[in-house]
Order: sequence, then structure tokens, then C-alpha cells
Amino acid sequence: MRFMMLMLPAGQCTAAPDARPSAEAVAKMMRFNKSLQEAGVLLALDGLHPPSAGVRVNLEQGKVKVADGPFAEAKEVVGGYWMIDVSSRDEAVAWASRCPFSPGDTIEIRQVFEMADFPADVQEAAEGFQDPRQTAA
Amino acid sequence: MTAPDIHRAIDAVWRIESARLIAGLARMVRDVGLAEELAQDALVAALERWPENGIPDNPGAWLMTAAKHRAIDQLRRKKLIERKHEALAHEPEFEATDERLELETMLDDDIGDDLLRLIFTACHPVLSAEARAALTLRLLGGLTTDEIARAFLVPEPTIAQRIVRAKRMLADKQIPFEVPRGEERDERLASVLEVIYLIFNEGYAATSGDDWMRPELCSEAMRLGRILAGLAPLEPEVLGLLALMEIQASRLRARTTPTGEPILLPDQDRSRWDPLLIRRGLAALDRIGRLGGANGPYALQAAIAACHARARVVEETDWARIAALYAGLASIMPSPVVELNRAVAVAMASGPAEGLALVDALADEPLLRNYHLLPSVRGDLLSRLQRHDEARSEFERAASLARNARERHLLQQRAAACAQASDSA
Repeated sequence: MRFMMLMLPAGQCTAAPDARPSAEAVAKMMRFNKSLQEAGVLLALDGLHPPSAGVRVNLEQGKVKVADGPFAEAKEVVGGYWMIDVSSRDEAVAWASRCPFSPGDTIEIRQVFEMADFPADVQEAAEGFQDPRQTAA
Repeated sequence: MTAPDIHRAIDAVWRIESARLIAGLARMVRDVGLAEELAQDALVAALERWPENGIPDNPGAWLMTAAKHRAIDQLRRKKLIERKHEALAHEPEFEATDERLELETMLDDDIGDDLLRLIFTACHPVLSAEARAALTLRLLGGLTTDEIARAFLVPEPTIAQRIVRAKRMLADKQIPFEVPRGEERDERLASVLEVIYLIFNEGYAATSGDDWMRPELCSEAMRLGRILAGLAPLEPEVLGLLALMEIQASRLRARTTPTGEPILLPDQDRSRWDPLLIRRGLAALDRIGRLGGANGPYALQAAIAACHARARVVEETDWARIAALYAGLASIMPSPVVELNRAVAVAMASGPAEGLALVDALADEPLLRNYHLLPSVRGDLLSRLQRHDEARSEFERAASLARNARERHLLQQRAAACAQASDSA
């Protein structure tokens, strides 16, 4: 089963747009990534630019609102993710426990929906649609 | 954590650590059987201690230290210490009693080499293919004998016996714990790939039993393939096997009806194919091309699978290319099964009559005498040529040869459909 491990780094909310992780932090993370890969569980991963370089788009009182970062009200924001394929939620937790954390970092673990997780009517509604992800393949 | 929680957590740690643990120990004691026993002992120690003390920060290092202590005890007890003494003395970590070895030590490169040695040893050709598969799942996958037995639908004592015998065989024949070099390496790598693909195929199209697929075996095989690809990233055939498995597995959820009946490739809802696995497979194929290994048997089979993956609807399938790839495969790996598949592709590219001619040339092939897909393909081509009576008897014959219940049922249905078509003609 697939899980996404979402990295919520400490201080990411207030990081400057040009903030970059240190060479040492990246080297440690690379070793962790390599261990995921060598264990055959890693499917995909990416790191994200800080939210201060990002944009938020939402609906407020019926109008689409576009706001540039940083986002004052945000408490935790995603800094990167791993997609892993493991045999249980416990295994995902065990992997996340091995990440080289800095103080205040959090990893949130979320299982990926499979069609089979949805009730029959939802599955039916999705039936016959080209999976939009396939155009990327 | 409650007791069940901690047991599940220990299971998860075991799944992550066991292969590395066994591989590291096997390097020290030069015996995979003994290494596995030591690792098991360490697991038992963890099951005793961790519920009280909690899971250590570095569980892998904890298990390794516990296993090393046991190794010393056991070697002393068995008075083997003289024989193994030298190996141990040269093992720098061996005397380390610090229970908090740095994570870096666990992640360093020679653990990777140890894992590679472990795969090559578990897949040694001195063992039967079945024994290799069971031992690989046990040592590399961390599966229990019970799990392996359920996966292969074999009684647990049979699997336990198979593994015990395999370990004894490796010890008796003094199979060295190493990755061979040169020509032997290629041969042995082929044996490793064969075992991984055998595990995958048993999951993808189970040869017997009530369920047509056992996806957990496919996952396990892909995990092994990914481990191997991580350890040997420049081997085109390793990438070829991985690409082949990922692209084939992308179809898993489209291959059966909700009640478990098989859905054949042309009838599958392609929106249910897994795009992430397809993308990974196609990316691996690109790497193979850059490495100059596109003509290996697994790379060619992956390229064939990729032709299907690229076709958004079945009519877009590039059958001419598939037929050409099968011809390439037949030239490096001549086999009646490949020839049969080529016939199917030719039939799609150039019409059923041309395909049938190729299939008929295989009629006396002794290797296919009891292979249900020969009459199944022949029946399909005959029915497309409107020769319904002949088609029906081929499907009936195919059904009588199929060992998988779901597949047999599907073939019986096709025979019945032919009978109906024949009546109304």
C-alpha cells in the first residue's frame, strides 16, 4: 500500500523565498533517501521551495482570491514529500522515524486512496474517465 | 504503546531491518543459515525487551549489536571460535558494544554490498528455482515461512523444509558469500532475475488456486527488483526486469472484475492502469536505452509491455512494433512461448490467418503440449476467422489444461460463446 510522507519542516512558514537547506542537511537527507531506495520502498519524492515564494488561490465570499506568500496564518506547511510503497502503516511510521529530523520538524503520514477504498457509487462515477495522471506517462 | 501496537511496530522494524541484518551477519560468519538464526535470536530479544524499554532510537543498530553478542556466545558454545576467529578479529565493528551505533554505519556502502552478496547467495543455481524463491523471500523479504506458504499455496511444513534444506545445501557445498565476477556474475545475475520474476509471475497469474492474482507477491517481487536496481543501477537487465514488472503491475487493478474474474488486456478499462508505475517503467526503459542495453531479454519484454502502456485505447496499440520486438526476443531467447506471443502480435498486425499459420507451426512443440495458452490462442484466432466449431473445441481443450480456476471458467465461457455463434451461423 502507498503512503505519502509529508515533511512539515520547522520554520518553513517564515523561511525567506531564497532560503535553502544547508549542504549538511541535504547530505543527511540524501542518505535517508538512499536507504528508502535501497529498501525498494521509494516510488517518488520531491522538495518544495519555501511558501514565501509560493502563491495561494482560494475562494472568499464567492470571489477567487490570489495571495502571494508568505502566509501569516499558516502554522505548518509542506516542505517536501516522499511516496512510498510498504506493507503496512506501521512500516511507514518506522520509515518516517528514521528521517534525519531537525528540532520541530514533523512528518505527516497519509495513505493514498485506492479506488477500492471508495463506495460503489463513487467508483461508478469515476468509471470510464481517463485517469488524468496518465497523460503524464 | 499497547502490547499489540508494539508488536506491530516490531514487525515493521523487522521488515525494514532483517535483510540488512542477515546480510551484515552473513559477512561476519560466512554462513547465511547461521546469520538468519542469529538475526532471529535478536528479534526474539527485541520482542522481550522493547515492550518494557520502548523501541530504541536506532533499532537496526540495536538488533545488530544483540545479534553480534549472540554470535560470539554461539560460536564459543559450538567451539567454532577457532575456525571463525580470524574472520571475527578482522571485523572492526564486532567488538563494539556501544548500543547506539551511528545511523551512518548502518547506511554505509558495504551494507549494500552485503545485501547484493545475500541476493546472489540466496539465488545460487545449486538450489532449485522453488528453493531459491522461498529462501529469497525469507532472507531478503523478511517473510515468515507461514506467509511464504500462503503465497505459494503450499503447506507450511513444506516451505519450512525447503528453506532448511536450501540453507543446509549452501553450507554443505560451501557456497561462498560473495558476488561473483566476470562471466559467472552474468550467469548468476540471470539466476537472481529469474527468481524475482518467478515470484512476480506467481502473483500476476497464479498457476493454481482459486484466485487468479496474488498482488502481495507482485509487490514483494517489485520491492526485490527495486532493491537490486538500487544496488546495481548500471545493469540494463536489472532495470529491464524492474520496468517489465512495474508496467505489468500497472494493470493489476484493471485485470479482474469485482468478483475476481480475469479481464483480458483488450477488454481492460485503461483508465484504471496505474500511471505512476507506468511512468516509472518508461523512465527505466529510457535509462536502459542510454546504457545501451535495450536488446536484453527483459528490456525487450519491458519494451513490449510499454507498447501496451502507451496505447490509450486498444486500437492505438502498435502491433507491428510488438511483433518486431517479439522477433528480436525470439532471436536471442528462442522459446515456443515467445513464438506463440509473436503469433498473437502478428495476428493483430497482419490478420488472424497469418497468426494462425505461426501457431500451427507450434502444434507439435513438446514444451507446449500441456500449455493451455496454445489452444487458447488458437481458439481465439479460429473464432476471429469465423471457424466457430474448431474454435470451441480448442477452448474446451484449453479449459481442460488450465490449472487456475478463474482462468478455466473464462475459457469455458469462450467455448460456450463459440457454440452459440456456431448455432446461429
